[in-house]
Amino acid sequence: MNPIFKHGPSPQHRLVLVLCCSIALIFFDHKMASFDTVRGYLQSLVSPLQFMANAPKQMITWAADNLVTRQQLMAENQAYQEKELLFSEQKKQLAIIKQENERLRLLLSSPIRSEIKRMVATILSVDSDPYSHQVVINRGAEDGVYEGQPVLDEEGIVGQVLLVGAHSSRVILITDLTVAVPIRVQRNGIRLTASGSGRIDRLVHNFVPHSADIQVGDLLVTSGLGGKYPEGYPVAKVIYVKADESGEFATIYSEPVAKIDRLRYLLLLSEDKATSIFAPKKSNVTGDKS
Amino acid sequence: MFSHNGIIIIFSLLIALMASIMPMPLAFDAFRPDWVLIVLVYWCLALPSKINIITAWLMGFLLDVLLGSTLGIHAAAMALTMYIVVVNFQKIRNFSVWQQALIIGVLAALYHLIVFWLQRFLSDAVFLPSYLYPVITSIILWPWVFLLLRRVRRHFKIK
Repeated sequence: MNPIFKHGPSPQHRLVLVLCCSIALIFFDHKMASFDTVRGYLQSLVSPLQFMANAPKQMITWAADNLVTRQQLMAENQAYQEKELLFSEQKKQLAIIKQENERLRLLLSSPIRSEIKRMVATILSVDSDPYSHQVVINRGAEDGVYEGQPVLDEEGIVGQVLLVGAHSSRVILITDLTVAVPIRVQRNGIRLTASGSGRIDRLVHNFVPHSADIQVGDLLVTSGLGGKYPEGYPVAKVIYVKADESGEFATIYSEPVAKIDRLRYLLLLSEDKATSIFAPKKSNVTGDKS
Repeated sequence: MFSHNGIIIIFSLLIALMASIMPMPLAFDAFRPDWVLIVLVYWCLALPSKINIITAWLMGFLLDVLLGSTLGIHAAAMALTMYIVVVNFQKIRNFSVWQQALIIGVLAALYHLIVFWLQRFLSDAVFLPSYLYPVITSIILWPWVFLLLRRVRRHFKIK
């Protein structure tokens, strides 16, 4: 049926109605933290759509994983074996050094570094919205994921857990506009913050005085201040320093060391309570399993 | 909505939603056309009695949930953009496909600018020219989507 005279409210009324709805939603979502649970429900409501949109990519990765030549596999296997040999040798050294370090720390009566648990997660989907850099991972509250948990890839810090669902959670990346990471320069220990710029290959460092000794190529690692990220993990490499005296602060940009644009496997860290290797053993072996 | 094969409309909108969240290489990601906007504009021009601002707002809302942006941003932008189409659908209908493509370009640009303004209002987003790249791909895409959806509409006799 195609009526000549239209019924129902006029477009103007409809527009005003939906704009009011939008304003209310923006207000509630932006200002109220309790709205997160609603988002959780909505997230699980649309997850079939997300799964279907992800299917072609999953198929391609599956095909790429399965269609490799025997030579390739053998070469990879050999490389892994060589690497493992190297790592196992290093691990033995590490155990000794760790023990020695803890004993020295005990002598200095400084608190003992806490044991860190790790969990491996894979990426379910990446948001294509240029204003929010978030990814969805396949671990949720059932696996012990909690809000604010630091997330890494094999190179460095990727971000932290933003929302936890039952079987999936959202991770906000360090390049997102709304987040910052407390860091220090590895070379000399100068403390800074790294704020996201909304660009996937750039972090911005605000409020750095001109006198700060920072050079292009410096590695920036987490400082452990703020208590969110454990200390000493690589975050970014400085790519641009401009000490223009006309400005109030130096302009410094860096590039994340994590491969933010090609993430696939992620590592979730969770800090246990401080345990010494001299303390009665509970479960320090299970912590290393993913 | 569901009479006269109206389910096909919903189906096409769902495919558009999926296309707008499908993972793509980073190099092409900035050029992702506004699938949802294009499909909505087509149905609004073809069947303005079925597709209206409320539909557009709901699609924008779903886009918000899927993209993880603050709820209501894409919804408001989509509703405002579609309002222009709804008010002028009889004029736009009579243009040739290429003229319509140019109008789609203007609409897509407006849509992205509204999204940017709202984001700017909420967080300190900085404008990058790459936010407007989808306008170009949307213009190129319109004639093909138009022809395809017109064929679909005639084949299924959607009224």
